[in-house]
Amino acid sequence: MFNDENLKKLEELKKRYPTNKALTLPALWLAQEQFGWISEDIMRYIADLINVPYNHVYSVASFYTMYNKKPVGKYHIQICTNISCQLMGSENIIQYLCKKLEINLGNTTSDGKFTLSEVECLGACGGAPAMQINDEYYEKLSPEKIDKILLNLK
Amino acid sequence: MHTSDFKILLPDIPNIHQIEVYEKNNGYNALRKALNMSPDDVISEVKKSGLRGRGGAAFPTGLKWSFMPKSNDKPKYLCANGDEGEPGTFKDRQIFEFNPHMFIEGSLIAAYAMGVQTIYVYIRGEYKKWIDLLQKAIDDAYSRNYIGKSILGTGFSTDMYIHRGAGAYICGEESSLMNSIEGERGYPRVKPPFPAQFGLWGNPTNVNNIETLSCVPAIINNGGDWFSKIGVPTHPGTILFGVSGHVKNPGVFELPTGVLITDLIYKYAGGVIGDKKIKAVIPGGSSVPWLRGDELEGIKMDLDSLRAAGSAIGTGGVIVMNEDTDILKVLKRISRFYHHESCGQCTPCREGTGWMEKILDRFIRGEGTLKDIDLLLDVANNIEGNTICALGDAAAWPVQSVIKKFRDEFERRARKEPLPKKTISPPHLVNI
Repeated sequence: MFNDENLKKLEELKKRYPTNKALTLPALWLAQEQFGWISEDIMRYIADLINVPYNHVYSVASFYTMYNKKPVGKYHIQICTNISCQLMGSENIIQYLCKKLEINLGNTTSDGKFTLSEVECLGACGGAPAMQINDEYYEKLSPEKIDKILLNLK
Repeated sequence: MHTSDFKILLPDIPNIHQIEVYEKNNGYNALRKALNMSPDDVISEVKKSGLRGRGGAAFPTGLKWSFMPKSNDKPKYLCANGDEGEPGTFKDRQIFEFNPHMFIEGSLIAAYAMGVQTIYVYIRGEYKKWIDLLQKAIDDAYSRNYIGKSILGTGFSTDMYIHRGAGAYICGEESSLMNSIEGERGYPRVKPPFPAQFGLWGNPTNVNNIETLSCVPAIINNGGDWFSKIGVPTHPGTILFGVSGHVKNPGVFELPTGVLITDLIYKYAGGVIGDKKIKAVIPGGSSVPWLRGDELEGIKMDLDSLRAAGSAIGTGGVIVMNEDTDILKVLKRISRFYHHESCGQCTPCREGTGWMEKILDRFIRGEGTLKDIDLLLDVANNIEGNTICALGDAAAWPVQSVIKKFRDEFERRARKEPLPKKTISPPHLVNI
């Protein structure tokens, strides 16, 4: 199920750790990069691939919030609402995005383009309010800035 | 006496993140120097420097290194902690972006001093951009034999790998970080045994913050004595202070320890937006006790001064709240964070953080009672000190301090009285 590139990456990763178990987090990352989310089938596949019990992979995947346990849209918008962002108006940012995309937090637009999530501190406190779309950070947000950002996402 | 433009970690040198530029500016000479010293001498120099950990606990770094066994019968590990999950903290990413080689060099010196063969750099999953930037720097350092086999022909070998986290605040706790590297859920371990005895895969391990390790090259180049004279003697060096919240110019400021908190807010971070007054400040990341606006004058940013003020230096992440802030709402947000991030191992933390959030929510909804204030304090007091790791304490301290310092706000809410506009700010500093 992993593509050749990921299988190659996994072989490289094996050299970094003395145990197979340590590959759990890196393998889940590779899976998420390839498939966008972590399904039960993927977890079973990873378990076989790195030779650890399925319940271990499940236990780890469910502990760490960044592994998507259900499919997300093409663009996963993650809004920080922790202290500094809260102080600088993250509540308005959420309201604006919910209205603009016509979805509630935790949901995906019907065209599968955007998923909206609230997340804990992104470490962008100096650029509050901040959000992350896939791997990219966007800081000092305002409704106008959000309009521009979303326009550029095809 | 060092002036405020004195920088160690983030010097004003364009493109210092590039290995060629870093080398031209004395880069990797501290590594060369250290490799010609005995490992013990390197540790003594770091001890002499008085360097303390920058991750929150401010433990003496040289002492921590000296806990590692001298024997080489087991593999030894160094974990560089770049989990940077503490709300209000955004400094390590500056190092990854603007001066990654200083961090790499510091880690290599640490590895040499402790006889470490493998360095894992644990970076929070959200920091994909900074993981890629650091990986580029690591690749460059490998290509010039600063990392890898027989470094600079000395026979000392060590590898450096990035391990990406996946969204768990708790993994910034050192034993939980090690479990996460081992491929487990991020559960903190009971201590003792400490990591130096029983760390990664049961082997001797040392965990240091990214900023701590980045201080090491300057210490080796200039000597421990030199470093010990920067800032406050009991907590020397410069710190990357992050200022955020209601300030005009938020950001990371590298300053010697002992800088006045009011200078940090008004001089460096430009003062409060709209020139409003300050109601409260969190001086060291979300876990530390709060300070009231009217008690800020004279407080210095170092271990002892903040301890004397009833708070802590933590990660040096300063969060400023203006006079209009609904602090109960902020406190509820903090409590929700700790509830969400509790790993669930210890009952007082797993249940208590949820109860605190619920009680605070009652106040926000206007349903809190006077009895609830004491109940909230009681829950906090029963979490503190009763958990495996410090997350429980970190959840309790903000609650305890806000009840102590802003009890009237709870009472007014309970009595459904309107909240007074608070104008408590350092009186002389509002218009700087």
